[in-house]
Amino acid sequence: MTDQATSWAAEWATGDGRPLQFLMADGRLVRPGLPRPPDELVLEALRLMLLSRALDEKCTRLHRQGRLGLYAPVHGQEAAVVGSHLAIDPAVDWLVPASREQPAMLRHGWPLDRLLASLLGRIDAARIPAGVRMLPRQQSIASQLPHAAGIAWASSLRGLGGVTLAYCGDGATSEGDFHEACNLAGVMGVPLVLVIVNNQYAISTPVSRQTRAARLADRARGYGFPGVAVDGDDLFAMYEVTRQAVERARAGDGPTMIEAVTYRVGFHNTSDNPSLYRDPAEVTEARQRDPVARLVAYATSAHLIEHDRIDDQEAELRAEVDSALDRALSYPPPGPEDVFRHIFAE
Amino acid sequence: MVEKQDVTLLQAVRAALADAMESDDQVVLLGQDVGRLGGVFRATEGLSDHFPGRVFDTPLAEGSIVGASIGLAIGGLVPIAEIQFLGFLHQAFHQVTQQLARYRFRTRGRFHLPVTIRAPYGGGLRMPEFHPDSLESQLANTPGLKVFTPAFPDDAYSLLRAAIRDPDPVLVLEPQRLYRSVRGPLRADAPEQDPQRARLRREGEDLLLVGWGPTLHTCLAAADDLEEHHGVRAAVLDLRCLSPLDYEGLVGAAAARRRVVVVHEGVRTAGLGAEIVATLQESLAGTISLPILRVTAPDTPYPPGRLEDAFLPRSENVVEAGLRLVTGP
Repeated sequence: MTDQATSWAAEWATGDGRPLQFLMADGRLVRPGLPRPPDELVLEALRLMLLSRALDEKCTRLHRQGRLGLYAPVHGQEAAVVGSHLAIDPAVDWLVPASREQPAMLRHGWPLDRLLASLLGRIDAARIPAGVRMLPRQQSIASQLPHAAGIAWASSLRGLGGVTLAYCGDGATSEGDFHEACNLAGVMGVPLVLVIVNNQYAISTPVSRQTRAARLADRARGYGFPGVAVDGDDLFAMYEVTRQAVERARAGDGPTMIEAVTYRVGFHNTSDNPSLYRDPAEVTEARQRDPVARLVAYATSAHLIEHDRIDDQEAELRAEVDSALDRALSYPPPGPEDVFRHIFAE
Repeated sequence: MVEKQDVTLLQAVRAALADAMESDDQVVLLGQDVGRLGGVFRATEGLSDHFPGRVFDTPLAEGSIVGASIGLAIGGLVPIAEIQFLGFLHQAFHQVTQQLARYRFRTRGRFHLPVTIRAPYGGGLRMPEFHPDSLESQLANTPGLKVFTPAFPDDAYSLLRAAIRDPDPVLVLEPQRLYRSVRGPLRADAPEQDPQRARLRREGEDLLLVGWGPTLHTCLAAADDLEEHHGVRAAVLDLRCLSPLDYEGLVGAAAARRRVVVVHEGVRTAGLGAEIVATLQESLAGTISLPILRVTAPDTPYPPGRLEDAFLPRSENVVEAGLRLVTGP
């Protein structure tokens, strides 16, 4: 491991503002010796990212067919979500998602058929299982962040050792809850890792309308804890930075902010039309940085997996989504009586 | 429990907090200035010394006081948050109404939030702007919240203990002008009162006055006046739980007396009085004597302290309303 990799808090966090990158767009390491996840984690990540893509495809198609409500794909942001989530342990750590972190929710223990049930309105089947330390998706932007700070605070007060990994988007950083949560987390020194998935757009509003700051991660300094901007399409950098942030949190050294700089290749959700507000050239350029293609290039050239096997795996994952969808559709839809349930303890 | 013959409402609040912390070590307190200072009214005085590591001064940010309480509860603790004055709950309104009130519903029971929020409210102390506002109807308009408000030390104790024990979120609104002006006994053998039931605080067969928190005492003063000077015997119903409303208790007490006046410090339009009047005429058509009257604050912003006597309902106004019902227009 190089010096750079071991002293990130001092060096990366006060870098030149360019997002930290280990793995280039062509799948080669920026230079030899940079930290890499263990091979089995690389393969797990690849599987999750391909599964996520199969899920995005399926749900988008179901929406077009009028069989599923709004859907927010994570297409193009898979490395930011998967790379960070691989660094936590679902058995002890908490996941506080924003909205579209589907692969993180799956890895954390929400079964695929249950996730699909949530999108199909099967609200009781979609219930997060007991023991899965995960909050539901949040529709009110940034409102989950004070909850995340509170969960992390409880873990530390109770001496449980768990870390809370929370996600938000670039738009969320403009909300008061973002500020209040970061401030409280800093003051109380709680074990929180906050990943801002900066996909450049909040629906149609570019990040330049959210902040004048050069980098969202720069805000961490104002809260008294480290902030690091990372190439969000680089699984290796995302994993390593989050791993070190989790280590810091577990050691009682407080929160870390990670800005995953990526791009929302797809639409905000299935009701959106991005051609109304962004230049297609921008999307074409972003596609060159595709996180899945980048990881595939690495994994095949490192002989972790062969191309044929990836094709097979894609087919298997599509079948897995199909059979989970069948199960999800078999769960009973809610009835009118469910309007009146779960208001108070019954 | 500290048994005393004569405690203030504020002392009863403090005793409830201390006893709850004694009986459950997962109970924690958080809020602005609740630690060493003991809160601006001293409701938490001495607790940070007595329960080290369980009383937390937070940054001055209501949204994250409530938001973090949600997380603390999910993380296995039983948080009691103090909002310094109810008028500042608006800074946390999204966390209260979108999040706190809906978490059990949203997660189909996977998560429930045993969160208590205490907040002083109500006029009469010549406070700066926002400090005396009565926002209870805004909270009662939010399904998923329980809203308690005591008017006497015994309820200040028992409602707060019940709120802390409740597996779901409860707001306890504490009438600030009563903190030190109302005294009463606190008895360990006091009969268990269902916190969600209204309680008759004065008997009377001619008329029912409905109040809560600060206006309960306005009603009691009016009832004394009505009896002494006009020979009218007015009963006084202490609502105690503003949401969900005790429909049964309310309708029962109103049916027995037929004439009803509702008194609150919140503004008139869409105030809780409107809900109570609507409920009574729906449930007691043909029985209830019409009109059912409201004595409330007017539809204006809460005025500066020098003007608050012109804004708050006074017992004379309640007497006037009562006489109008008894003697006819």
